[in-house]
Amino acid sequence: MRAAYVSIFLMSVEPQREVAWPLTAGIAILPKDAPLSTIGAPTIEEETDAEEALDIPWQVVVHNDPVNLMSYVTMVFQRVFGYPRDKAEKHMLEVHQNGRSILWSGMRERAELYVQQLHGYLLLATLEKTC
Amino acid sequence: MEIRRRKNQIEMAELDPFLAELLRQIPACANPDAAPAAEERIFSLPANGTETELCAEWKVYVEPELRRLFQTATQTVAGDLEQLNGNEKNLANRTLRIPVKHADAWLNALNQARLVIAAKNNFTETELNDHLHSPIGSRRDLSLFQVNFYGFLQEFILREMECS
Repeated sequence: MRAAYVSIFLMSVEPQREVAWPLTAGIAILPKDAPLSTIGAPTIEEETDAEEALDIPWQVVVHNDPVNLMSYVTMVFQRVFGYPRDKAEKHMLEVHQNGRSILWSGMRERAELYVQQLHGYLLLATLEKTC
Repeated sequence: MEIRRRKNQIEMAELDPFLAELLRQIPACANPDAAPAAEERIFSLPANGTETELCAEWKVYVEPELRRLFQTATQTVAGDLEQLNGNEKNLANRTLRIPVKHADAWLNALNQARLVIAAKNNFTETELNDHLHSPIGSRRDLSLFQVNFYGFLQEFILREMECS
């Protein structure tokens, strides 16, 4: 995403107007000097899956630790991954009973960020390739 | 000791000198220095040994951040614990008030302390789960009691955070 602006055209009641945003999610990515007349409808740029596909095989694994309290681990899963309580508890029990649980899988950078957050809460967490 | 929530504070009242001393030890106990096992546990590797590059980068870029995070938490706790400063006699029936906004720092510092003590003593899972263990007859027993006492405080803080 190297375009200078992200433009959103408000097309409903108001006349067309352009709102310039700093670089954010993939909405309409346009060159800074693009003439307005060439644009009739919002352009949605979808992220290509190719890069993500190359980076898919990473998972965030949390390992059992007899010191961390069950309630604490559940709270951390809720906070870090935004999981509802029952899902967080399910993973916590999996860690407790099976020694480990896969909390998330996807791109490496995000997985690293999750592991960093989990380490901030002092959980034993690692990044692993899925295969 | 009585522990309760009072508006925006968690209050530990009627603290006897023994428990007050255990509380005062939290920041020191959270320090893993000079104990490789504790240091290894607090700053655990982000991947297994085969990911050498990732682990090396982690040491350089992430570990200092984590160190700062943990230090900030223990400093906050140390600040709250200044209420307990004084000699042993003065510690009798003291009250410690923890602002609820410090709850995260307390959870973190208590966890650090528990992990460091457990790593230093190499406690087994069986020992850690033996909550009926008594009496305190050795330094190791005292350390186990300390881990359980800090765990009890964590449970209380967690419960209060859930309620609020």
